[in-house]
Amino acid sequence: MAAEEFTRVVQEHRPHIYRFLLASTRNVELAETLTQDCFLKAHRNWDGFRGESSVMTWLMRIAINLQKDHWRNRRMQFWRQASTNTVELDEASDWLPSGERSAEQQMLAKERVAQVWRTVENLSERQRTVFLLRFVQELELSEIARMTGLSEGTVKAHLSRAVTRVRAEQGVRQ
Amino acid sequence: MKEQDANPTKAAQTDLELDQDLKQVLADFRSSVHAWSDATVNRPRIVHTATHRTFLRPAVSWALAALLAAGTATGGLYHRHQVQMDAARAAERQRLLDQLQRQRQQDEEKLLARVDSDVSRQVPKAMEPLAELMDSTDWQ
Repeated sequence: MAAEEFTRVVQEHRPHIYRFLLASTRNVELAETLTQDCFLKAHRNWDGFRGESSVMTWLMRIAINLQKDHWRNRRMQFWRQASTNTVELDEASDWLPSGERSAEQQMLAKERVAQVWRTVENLSERQRTVFLLRFVQELELSEIARMTGLSEGTVKAHLSRAVTRVRAEQGVRQ
Repeated sequence: MKEQDANPTKAAQTDLELDQDLKQVLADFRSSVHAWSDATVNRPRIVHTATHRTFLRPAVSWALAALLAAGTATGGLYHRHQVQMDAARAAERQRLLDQLQRQRQQDEEKLLARVDSDVSRQVPKAMEPLAELMDSTDWQ
């Protein structure tokens, strides 16, 4: 693969991969490292990519697996222990753009976003992945199914349970 | 089995009819992640070279292992020394006690012997007066 072609792939897809990993880990440095690993792996295995899916689907599949593996392996233990790099839930919700809201509305919206973060943190690995791909990456269910290797029905079931929990916990807070 | 598990697609379709409030919350959540991601995706990053890490990690591990081994060995030796010292002290204490006991017994025996001797010297023998009388009769 030509270096220029791969550079274009990185430039086009890096923000999406990074965003997904950032939302999954809430850790800027870890998300950067995993994004770098994702493109390194993609570069090494480019010859094995047959074009049966889009490049984005293939890359996201690598990112999902990397994230899964890293939470399990020894290196991840280090990251877990060094949780000082993980941004607090309230801090993560501080990034909400104010738009045209009043100060009171903005505070309420931030609190509700923080509650979503809290719910997402307590979801199962699959539910969280599916939820983030749907509501952060805004992907279609069929695309999520291809990325995760799950059937579309299973994706819908995981998504449904995740949304039910988000809705229930928003209700508790109100 | 629950109905939801039996027919996940139908259940999901029902649950995913999001109300306006929830749609707004999820949109806000998305906006916050996008803003955070956009702000940090291209930030300058400090890169630690892999050689530095791979070079240092085994060295640090070996140093810690050596420290631990030395600590364990020293601790063991100290413990052994301490046990030996305690045993020596206990033996010395026992030896002094035995000596004291022997001394006390000897003193008591000497005292008894002296009392016996003193008493026997003060009290005359039972037949002594008669013997004196016999002597004086022989003269006459």
